[in-house]
Amino acid sequence: MKKKLFCVLILASFGATAPAAPIEFDFKDPKGVNNVVFKTDAPLESINGVATGISGKVTFDPDNPGAVKGKIVVEAKTLHLGNPMQKEHLHGDKWLDVAKHPEISFQVETAKNAKTQDNVTTADVAGKFSLHGVTKTISVPVTMTFLKDKLKARTPGKDGDLLVIRANFKIKRSDFGINPGQGEEKVSDDIELNLSIAGAAPRG
Amino acid sequence: MRRILQWVAFGLAAAAVVGWLALGANRGWTKTTVTRWQKDPVTEIDGPVVEKKFVPGVDVLAVGLAGALALFIVSLFVSKTKNKPVT
Repeated sequence: MKKKLFCVLILASFGATAPAAPIEFDFKDPKGVNNVVFKTDAPLESINGVATGISGKVTFDPDNPGAVKGKIVVEAKTLHLGNPMQKEHLHGDKWLDVAKHPEISFQVETAKNAKTQDNVTTADVAGKFSLHGVTKTISVPVTMTFLKDKLKARTPGKDGDLLVIRANFKIKRSDFGINPGQGEEKVSDDIELNLSIAGAAPRG
Repeated sequence: MRRILQWVAFGLAAAAVVGWLALGANRGWTKTTVTRWQKDPVTEIDGPVVEKKFVPGVDVLAVGLAGALALFIVSLFVSKTKNKPVT
């Protein structure tokens, strides 16, 4: 009896201290909340748009947040502007050419300077950013918030975790072959991107 | 006739200004949708809700005022209506 109890205690303590496995989060969001806001300057007003066609998977280990890996994809044709003519131009072959380059993506390769406080991790995430058929390695400051057991609160009936990722960074359109050196008096070369996305990892 | 054209020009200019002011006095380009932001209570992400709404910009205002000015200029070349003598 004592031997059995000892074995159970050993197993229980092993289970309690065993490192948690990395969790895979799916960022396809049927609610359409996940979004990327883009801003660029123009003479009359800044051009602000939003994209919601986001998908991708990220593997995150709450015990080792610096080992984050994954890929986030934005469907280029979901980029929306309030002015229909501007939207048509943005999607057209002189700008993003969404017919030819339907995806904008970021493939995570490394995360440096990871710092975690409670459930929030900040890190400088480097990876391959692809836009308009051009891929460049960039580093982006990212905030990751691990919401343990919060999936049920968002999707009733489903147990699991959520991972919220936020990132604000700037790129130059000329670096990605989008009208390089042209029309900068009309549309700035700098594009500010604000990413706010949540991924779900259902259990069972 | 001249007077009528001038009144129409004045009405068009007034309608352009009043309409632009009433629909938000947007100093940017005209928009056919507006984005409202709604916070997700669990993730605290502000998610976009795109709604169809016509918001005239300075381009619509400029077209209205230019039309009014054109009408006014045309009115200057139209002869004044003369009263026919009663016989």
